[in-house]
Amino acid sequence: MLTGRKRSAGRRSGQTAVADRQADDWAELVARVAAHQDADAFTALFEHFAPRVKAFLIKSGAEHTLAEECAQDVMVTVWNKAAQFDAARASVATWVFTIARNRRIDMLRRDRRPEPEQLDWGPSADADQHDALALQQETEKLARAIRALPEKQRIVVERAYLGELTHNEIAEETGLPLGTIKSRIRLALERLRHAMS
Amino acid sequence: MITHHLNDKLLMAYAAGTLPEAFNLVVATHISLCDTCRARLGAFEAVGGAVLERNIGAVPMAADALSATLARIKAETAPPAAASRPAAPRDAVLPAPLRDYVGGGVDQVRWRNVGGGVRQAILPTSRHASARLLYIPAGVAVPDHGHGGLELTLVLQGAFADEHDRFARGDIEIADETVEHTPIAEAGADCICLAATDAPLRFKGLMPRLAQPFLRI
Repeated sequence: MLTGRKRSAGRRSGQTAVADRQADDWAELVARVAAHQDADAFTALFEHFAPRVKAFLIKSGAEHTLAEECAQDVMVTVWNKAAQFDAARASVATWVFTIARNRRIDMLRRDRRPEPEQLDWGPSADADQHDALALQQETEKLARAIRALPEKQRIVVERAYLGELTHNEIAEETGLPLGTIKSRIRLALERLRHAMS
Repeated sequence: MITHHLNDKLLMAYAAGTLPEAFNLVVATHISLCDTCRARLGAFEAVGGAVLERNIGAVPMAADALSATLARIKAETAPPAAASRPAAPRDAVLPAPLRDYVGGGVDQVRWRNVGGGVRQAILPTSRHASARLLYIPAGVAVPDHGHGGLELTLVLQGAFADEHDRFARGDIEIADETVEHTPIAEAGADCICLAATDAPLRFKGLMPRLAQPFLRI
């Protein structure tokens, strides 16, 4: 089913990587999976994210067959946990990354990674629509910022997330341009404080 | 008010999922207590999202992958909207990730005396690093030690201070081989900390050296 539009988006991904859909559309598709078990919405998510998860797992050291199988596992989790996705807290790409990361830890039998205590972030309906949109678009912003890094530094960031570097090998100053999303950190903090009060 | 936070390096490695289990436990416990670092972790995970979606390309899935995945989803008995697991009973000292390792609240910790009134409980983690809970009576010094690797110390109750600084509940001290210090638990409440290290501690002085075999570190 990897035909036409989506497939060409996959091929372009290395450089210009302008996805056919807007980032906020992905969030809408996850919402449709959660609310209606919408197979069409899931298909669009699958065609965009599954090949990227597979690339992520292969570059993390998995054989093709294993990566294929685990990428399918990740997409099954996307379906099963769609209701837990909170568009005011993370972009779909970020959410898929965390699922793929956890699958990779199991797959490669890496060290157990306990999660922080779950917090009630407060109702996401309260979050400002403009803020939520900005958050869904941050992936684009960050990807551009990473590509703008000096090559050496960019490779370190990518290798860190592909699981190739130990914490000792990650530089004290990561060089990451997190300033580009400083406002996002502030918004997350405001929301947490609001939920606590 | 937490004043000592995780650094970028630890947050990035935790977001990437590459820390030893003992350090993961300390990071997860600190984030359970610290909204600032929870928000920062979100930013580091967003970098992972950008790397996944835009920076490493795509590898085509097998021709039947979508139909196979949809068939698996259909076949699974679990309801699609699985509820998040019920929260374990709260504890005034131990946040959820630590309760999982202790098997309950602070009253369930199986302390062992290690001399000088100090008690500890080693937590079951992978061998890449070790984690333990430390109980230091108020006013008592933690045995003086240097560090062979990275050592994280997170305060859960009371407070300690060394030559450099003061650490209270939620504060994390990040020490490497360049730090030599003698932390002392403050008067008042006894101090409980979660400590993790990827190297055996080097103790100085006779008493702690004798105690070292019992510390099992």
